[in-house]
Amino acid sequence: MPAPTPYNEMHAAEGGVRNHYQAFDKWLASTSTEWLAQKRAEADMLFHRVGITFAVYGEDAGSERLIPFDVVPRIIPADEWRKLAAGLKQRVRALNAFTEDIYHDQNILKAGHIPAEQVLQNSQYRPEMQGVDVPNGIYAHIAGVDIVRAGAGEFYVLEDNLRVPSGVSYMLEDRRMMMRLFPELFAHYPIAPVEHYPDLLLDNLRSVPPAGVNDPTVVVLTPGSYNSAYFEHAFLAQQMGVELVEGQDLFVNDGFVYMRTTRGPKRVDVIYRRIDDDFLDPLAFRPDSMLGVPGLLSAYRAGHVTIANAIGTGVADDKSIYPYVPDMIRFYLSEEPLLNNVPTYMLRKEEDLKYTLAHLHELVVKEVHGAGGYGMLIGPSASKEQIATFRERIIAEPAKYIAQPTLALSACPTFVESGIAPRHIDLRPFVLSGKEVTLVPGGLTRVALREGSLVVNSSQGGGTKDTWVLER
Amino acid sequence: MLSRTADHLYWMARYTERAENIARMLDVNYQMSLLPQGGDVMEQSWIATLSISDLMEAYQKKHDTVTPAKALAFMAFDRDNPSSIYSCLAAARENARAVRGTLTSEAWETLNSTWIDMRKAVTRYSLGAEIADFFEWVKYRSHLTRGVIQGTMLRDEAYHFTWLGTYLERADNTARILDVKYHLLLPRGEGAGGVVDYYQWSALLRSVSAFAIYRKVYRDLITPRRVAELLILTDDMPRSMHRCMSQVYMHLKAIANSQSAETERRAGEMHASLLFGRIDSILEMGLHEYLVEFLARVADLGERISQDFLVPSPIR
Repeated sequence: MPAPTPYNEMHAAEGGVRNHYQAFDKWLASTSTEWLAQKRAEADMLFHRVGITFAVYGEDAGSERLIPFDVVPRIIPADEWRKLAAGLKQRVRALNAFTEDIYHDQNILKAGHIPAEQVLQNSQYRPEMQGVDVPNGIYAHIAGVDIVRAGAGEFYVLEDNLRVPSGVSYMLEDRRMMMRLFPELFAHYPIAPVEHYPDLLLDNLRSVPPAGVNDPTVVVLTPGSYNSAYFEHAFLAQQMGVELVEGQDLFVNDGFVYMRTTRGPKRVDVIYRRIDDDFLDPLAFRPDSMLGVPGLLSAYRAGHVTIANAIGTGVADDKSIYPYVPDMIRFYLSEEPLLNNVPTYMLRKEEDLKYTLAHLHELVVKEVHGAGGYGMLIGPSASKEQIATFRERIIAEPAKYIAQPTLALSACPTFVESGIAPRHIDLRPFVLSGKEVTLVPGGLTRVALREGSLVVNSSQGGGTKDTWVLER
Repeated sequence: MLSRTADHLYWMARYTERAENIARMLDVNYQMSLLPQGGDVMEQSWIATLSISDLMEAYQKKHDTVTPAKALAFMAFDRDNPSSIYSCLAAARENARAVRGTLTSEAWETLNSTWIDMRKAVTRYSLGAEIADFFEWVKYRSHLTRGVIQGTMLRDEAYHFTWLGTYLERADNTARILDVKYHLLLPRGEGAGGVVDYYQWSALLRSVSAFAIYRKVYRDLITPRRVAELLILTDDMPRSMHRCMSQVYMHLKAIANSQSAETERRAGEMHASLLFGRIDSILEMGLHEYLVEFLARVADLGERISQDFLVPSPIR
């Protein structure tokens, strides 16, 4: 089965330019390839100077790479965004309700909507969190929901990232870069601003302090300057005007968390952590972790500090739980889901396994706990050998995998070696949950720069684009 | 502010200042090498430069002989030498990167650009006549970094820790530059006033941007005694030890905490002895001995600053 024709964001099937891209198309026609190349080089130079880079291990000391930035924006019309935004808020509300339920009464399990062992035996389920109350019942304060658009232009949620979703700094820096390189374009389009994201984030974090704290001290917890997302951690801390701390800067005393300052210990109330659960507290999780803070979990369980996102959110964004999100929306909100889930085969089920093994060449198979585009089989583009190897791995441990039909991710014109050519893209908007659920109109558009590739992850040759949500 | 943040800012400033002063020291050596003199004098001068920077041992591990080209390469571009200009600028940038959120974006971008260009400079500059341009460039980037910090940073603790690092390093470096040259030049006898001596002393003064200042202050012949007085005791000379210590004392007072009283007192004591000191008694004691003692007291102050402010301390 050949992959269906992808939806092109700019050009309609009949060959015409879609309405919302017409002004851009005219502008593009007035530019030359050389000039665009020069602008792109200018962007690279600026990204290097600002240090929006990540260190690459094992290469020449001091060498750093950029995530490629594409000069062609991804444009989303106002009415499409309205639908997306409503669906995203609905989804994140349900996911938070689900997490709270799982760590308290487990009504959804009792009602039989999800098999209990699916949740309770999941490695992402944290028994330490059972019965722990968190401020406002919010677990995923920051959610990055990956959305793709398939053949007919309909949106699907590909996955919910509820642990430490990253990429928001690229949403902001890509916008800044576009405004610097092509200010004239912004006169042609009513582009919704995204620059206030750090303010919203700070408001959001300050709205969930531990009980009894009115003016909370917020910090961003980073694994350190060698982490590939370090730029983003430093950027967000700076933009919010809060301290960027490492595990070694914090300590727990009498059940409270403090940071070490030049004037002695200072209490910390809200930690926006960019470290995985496993590394947060060597006393509770991985004992070899040098990144965490000994005793943090006990301070957290005592309600003396807020951790965002909460410990244990992985139970709600696991790929084996993903198929149940529409049921969660119906169960907790009594609403019909506004966004589509991709139909998913759960290979622990015998019939799904049987179907998948018979159709490996047309399906995408993913590891349940995988991330970053690793541990994945893309049937239509895989070789016979790759399929055969994967088949063995699936048969050995079927519960480790899910399978989905290969979606023809939409394509957006992109400036590549050969000039302007279509490349596949996805979208990651960032949804904030505190006193209310908010999001800025936009997100991170990732693009698979290799021709035909469906993998947009930056670790595997993906780039980014500025995302324009139109206000009208 | 976080102790770790203060630590990074302090070292960022120290390494930036150190890179500049190494460039100054190498520049004066290079300028002197253009004067007619014997090869042994040249070698002596490079050995002195390496020794005063505590680098002789590290140098000898890599090279058998001391030649101007090898010594220059070692101190300017060698990545294995932690005190080379290359390594200092790398360290300044790594420290800045660790606190980029505390710096203004202009300050961070200045330090980062310096580092990006330093990486290119390794292949751009030859060790010949062009090397003077490289030293100019290092000084220029250092001026720019300080200027951006001065012009954009909030006058908070971060600012004081940055300048504390700058002045403590400069106090140390000026003492070293003076020691190495004075040592070499003095045996020729005070006020000998030969043509070569004149160029040697003026090169030393130029290396700390003090030639014109000397003319303004003394309006007279260049003598070793006055050079020492200018670089040690003159308050309004921006690179003098006196000036540096008065700044160190001032910034220390601004960041005082509950355990830093003794550190502040020692800085004040050093400042006072420079404020009221006389060049005659210093020369009587022996300039070299005086400078060695001064360097030890600077090192002691550095350690105390680390303990009082920078090392993450347990709860008390």
